[in-house]
Amino acid sequence: MLLTRLKAGGPAIAKQGILVAFIVFMIAFSLMSDRFLSADNIMSVFRQSAIIGVMAIGVTIVVIGGNLDLSVGSMLSFATVLVVDLHDKIGPELAIPVMIMATLCLGAINGFLIGILRLNSLIVTLGMLSAIQGLVLIYSGGQNVDIADQSGTWFAIFGRGAIFGVATPIIIFLGLALIFHVIMTTMPFGRRVHAVGGNPTASVFSGIPRSRVVFMTYLISALCVAIAAIILGSRVMGSQNNVGQGYELQVLAAVILGGTSLLGGSGSILRTVLGVLMLAFIQNGLILMGQPYYTQWLVTWAVIIVAVWLDVAAKRGRLFSPIA
Amino acid sequence: MANLTQIPLLRWLMRNPIWGFVLIVFIFFSLSADNFFSERNLMNIVVQASTIGLIALGMTLVMINGNIDLSVGATLALAAAFAVDVQSWAAFATWGNWQILPAVCIALLVGILMGAINGFIVWKTGVDAFIVTLGAMLGIRGLVFVYTGEQSFYAMNFAYSDFSFMTIGPFPVLAVIFAVAVIAVHWLLSRTVHGRNTYAVGGNREAAVNAGIRVGPHMMINFMLIGFLAALSGVLLSTQMGAATPNLGRDYELWVITAVVLGGTKLTGGKGDIIGTLGGVLAIGILRNGMNLMQVPAFYVLVILGSILIAVLFLDKRFNRTADGGLRL
Repeated sequence: MLLTRLKAGGPAIAKQGILVAFIVFMIAFSLMSDRFLSADNIMSVFRQSAIIGVMAIGVTIVVIGGNLDLSVGSMLSFATVLVVDLHDKIGPELAIPVMIMATLCLGAINGFLIGILRLNSLIVTLGMLSAIQGLVLIYSGGQNVDIADQSGTWFAIFGRGAIFGVATPIIIFLGLALIFHVIMTTMPFGRRVHAVGGNPTASVFSGIPRSRVVFMTYLISALCVAIAAIILGSRVMGSQNNVGQGYELQVLAAVILGGTSLLGGSGSILRTVLGVLMLAFIQNGLILMGQPYYTQWLVTWAVIIVAVWLDVAAKRGRLFSPIA
Repeated sequence: MANLTQIPLLRWLMRNPIWGFVLIVFIFFSLSADNFFSERNLMNIVVQASTIGLIALGMTLVMINGNIDLSVGATLALAAAFAVDVQSWAAFATWGNWQILPAVCIALLVGILMGAINGFIVWKTGVDAFIVTLGAMLGIRGLVFVYTGEQSFYAMNFAYSDFSFMTIGPFPVLAVIFAVAVIAVHWLLSRTVHGRNTYAVGGNREAAVNAGIRVGPHMMINFMLIGFLAALSGVLLSTQMGAATPNLGRDYELWVITAVVLGGTKLTGGKGDIIGTLGGVLAIGILRNGMNLMQVPAFYVLVILGSILIAVLFLDKRFNRTADGGLRL
């Protein structure tokens, strides 16, 4: 009954499933805790989600292009350790560009192996995940790094500062999301990424430089990681050498929750932002309700599977898979 | 000059290049690392490799079947936590050393249950296994933290931690268990109807359906098997440590997938075997052990393993162009 309606008149609603779920969650949590919908709390959730959010923007573009990027977690460790360590050695105005260049090099390696050599993205980025983590440990000698003069550096503005009363991480996160949303929806590059992810063969026959497009998606992903690292390094003013461990999964969870298809070809940055915020609000709401911290992971498990299940079910018009 | 491909051993090595690699690193470390080539160290390698090896056996089944399981590290931790915790339940207080038996049984059942949940969801919802087990990886790890209250459990019964030091004849008991599991899974995959259907489903699911194979149950059985093997690995690991920590098994899924891919199993499904996986497991085990003996910092091992994984992928693509194909998600 529900599904016949979903099939007949509901593609519009089914498409916005994540939005509906988001609203339901918000109402449920605000009924259970009065502090949940306060401006302070909402601001702090936005601020906390900025790092995962910025990374998720890049990963969304990679996934729309039909690939995966599991190396973003290690890459975040790499970039954060590098920028924090160089901050005291060569000053922030040099540390930031050097770190961005180094991170882009890692992205270029990913892009070369996957875009030009056409190797399987899951395995390549899995290998890079381990290799980059090793690089970080070699670079730092297993030590954690930190910034000596934490109050006297303008580097603090990225993680701790505010512009017109809005925390900088929020502005960076939402600003980047808007820019890349415009690029992906209105500019030729965005269309090419969609085309390459949707049907690689057809895209080649239409004269799209497939290798170069995939290469670019990995550069963008690395750039987003570098920006996330600036926020993280500036907020913490130090870095453990495995700070990004496990981030790749939270990021991928947010991207999947945003309805981006792992098959490639479809997805949207703004809905990824919704996915990121939804995970962050679930985490925040459960903590406000006094649940143990890790309950959020259990809830995330259920939310991901139900969200993707409904998505798949709406597409095939049946709730359960037809395979015997 | 005789055709080289007529020498059986060389022909076999060409079909299983990972064993050539195992041979090379084995000879290399035997010559360059002191203490490497000793009976004790070789047994050590097998014991160390068995933790990842047991899970890799299950992963081979699941990947040949066209799926993937990312939740094995978390399942391992959950099983280890149950195995250590159940021993100290009040109900078994008077059982003496027998209290280990229900603990291990419950731990293994928990592993099978986790696999069954994954398999059932993949079967009934049609959501890709990558997404289902990615969710489970987070969820089961959350379960571990909630269950343990973020504490480590220590085994109070010393018979439990003594188990890992036991030997059967000249062989450590852990190595024997691993060997038995290798033979059993190899037999399952190459000699039974279930094994044959596992290949069929992974190779071409539609053709398998048309041939009357019930795809769902086969996938679910394989997920239950990998759950069981991950739990077994967790129990054995906790006997080695005499404890279970909530972070146990983190990143194991990466090591396991690396070992299985090194062994030549295809992510697309339908191709691979246990002999190759065993080679991949031993290659990683020998590399870690040998570099450890040569006092190479553990950091470099990460870089080298990542590079080898990518290099193998590249070589495989160059030499097996017909077998080309990415992961279908």
